[in-house]
Amino acid sequence: MSIDLKTIKHISKLSRISVDEQKAEKLAGDLNSIFNFIEKLNELNTDNVEPLTSVSETTLKFRSDEVKNQNIREQIIKNSPEENEDFFVVPKVVE
Amino acid sequence: MSDITSQSLTSLVNNIKEKKLSSEEVTKAFVDRSEKSKELNSYITEDFSNAIDKAKKFDEKPNFDLKLPGIPMAVKDLFCTKDIRTTAGSKILENFIPTYESTVTQNIWNEGGILLGKLNCDEFAMGSSNETSFYGNVQNPIDKGLVPGGSSGGSAAAVSGQLTPITIGTDTGGSIRQPASFTGTVGLKPTYGSCSRYGIVAFASSLDQAGPMSQNVEDCALLQEVISSYDEKDSTSIDFKRDQYSKDLTRDIKGKKIGIPKEYRVDGMPKEIEELWKKGIEYAKDCGAEIIDISLPNTSYALPTYYIVAPAEASSNLARYDGVKYGFRAKGENLIDMYEKTRSEGFGAEVQRRIMIGTYVLSSGYYDAYYLKAQKVRKLIKNDFDEAYKKVDAILTPSTPSSAFKIGEKKNDPVSMYLNDIFTVPVNLAGLPAISIPAGHDAAGYPLGLQIIGKAFREQEILNLAYAMEDKINFKNKINDWWIK
Repeated sequence: MSIDLKTIKHISKLSRISVDEQKAEKLAGDLNSIFNFIEKLNELNTDNVEPLTSVSETTLKFRSDEVKNQNIREQIIKNSPEENEDFFVVPKVVE
Repeated sequence: MSDITSQSLTSLVNNIKEKKLSSEEVTKAFVDRSEKSKELNSYITEDFSNAIDKAKKFDEKPNFDLKLPGIPMAVKDLFCTKDIRTTAGSKILENFIPTYESTVTQNIWNEGGILLGKLNCDEFAMGSSNETSFYGNVQNPIDKGLVPGGSSGGSAAAVSGQLTPITIGTDTGGSIRQPASFTGTVGLKPTYGSCSRYGIVAFASSLDQAGPMSQNVEDCALLQEVISSYDEKDSTSIDFKRDQYSKDLTRDIKGKKIGIPKEYRVDGMPKEIEELWKKGIEYAKDCGAEIIDISLPNTSYALPTYYIVAPAEASSNLARYDGVKYGFRAKGENLIDMYEKTRSEGFGAEVQRRIMIGTYVLSSGYYDAYYLKAQKVRKLIKNDFDEAYKKVDAILTPSTPSSAFKIGEKKNDPVSMYLNDIFTVPVNLAGLPAISIPAGHDAAGYPLGLQIIGKAFREQEILNLAYAMEDKINFKNKINDWWIK
């Protein structure tokens, strides 16, 4: 399998990371060598194997749905790169 | 003051309890040595004057019942610390100041620990040499120009160089054990679910665990006792009976069965690693353990599995860095453009590479071929360990396939960098505990480590084995303070 520039552009779009031509070529090279290495898994027959999604064999605990932290608006907004009163600010999305 | 910084954690605790040393004296000694150690680049953020103030406060009203009474400690910069900048080694979090504390660090402060500062690491813990950090690479105290390993490279260098009596790191695929091995220190990756992940910057949530890094096994046991706790704020935290690891520590390991997996004899492994392993087997026998040959047949599939599972989880976890709620933001023409530029400028090359691998293996049309396949192989790898543990109590392997390498040596070849974790990654995939202890030197005088892998939740067992073997090995780290100014 080979990852071409078109695929790199597609992944770049999905992952919201912009890439220029030069970076795309570098990434294609790197990803191809990594996927060559990963392809080794195809040697194994896993037809009747259950996928492992969690190593802990316990089921997740239920907890009551209670409000614990109140009035932390300031804390939540504190680290935002741009803010306006109580809101996060993003570039204009509606005309 | 160097006689203070060369002491083990256990001896510092005793000296403080017996009032032979004050917390202020101890804290000042480590601050002083850290100030002279800038060349190692261990710290990303220092909190020295606050540390000394806290030490003075402790001395005014000491509580000697605590497990870490007035003990100063620097921690990996992946743990959120309230009101202290937490960067995860990334530009994207350069100005991030958490408004809350991670459970693991809170446990340390509750027992009397005092924060010295935040230690350098690979960006988002992705790396094996500390070279992916936005804040520059870390020097290994063993020799100039040598990597300390990664991702907990700053932590390993700080313990090895005696800038902190002990520290905590995180381990997703070997990030505690490999740097411990490279710097002649001890590192424990606990069982998945033993230490809370709450407040740790997430990399791969099904693999990440915090753990202690120390000068010796006794110190390691003490810190593990402090940081391990059930925490309802982490839904994968496990409520099991935790041992008093330091109190119950014993060198009596007579009759314990130790497995030697033949699949860890990999092609191209240096002779000195093979020799070290043989020596380790002899030490274990000398301690009264029984050696049993075992097989972990799917070992060679662990790294390829890891490089699907970990990037997949990372691509999902790192989706939160969008330049809106916190962290770095780049200017963009519109919302999407802002996202794309923020992530392109804010993340380093290795992190971008892994996000893209992860995005690809989870994308429509490839999910079954890669991600689902990897989860199935992960099951086979776990089954291997389950089968082996019917016959043995623990497994002994080398920690790494080589000693520390030169800065820059593997930087441009991701796959050769990934191979560093060949012996450590299977443990994370199976969620098991494992400890790396220094066990010898190579021809250049660089340290080499041995890894002891245990059954789930049996940290006490591997700590005991490590404690017994450490005594036989009698390792001395060769540190000449070359970096001190």
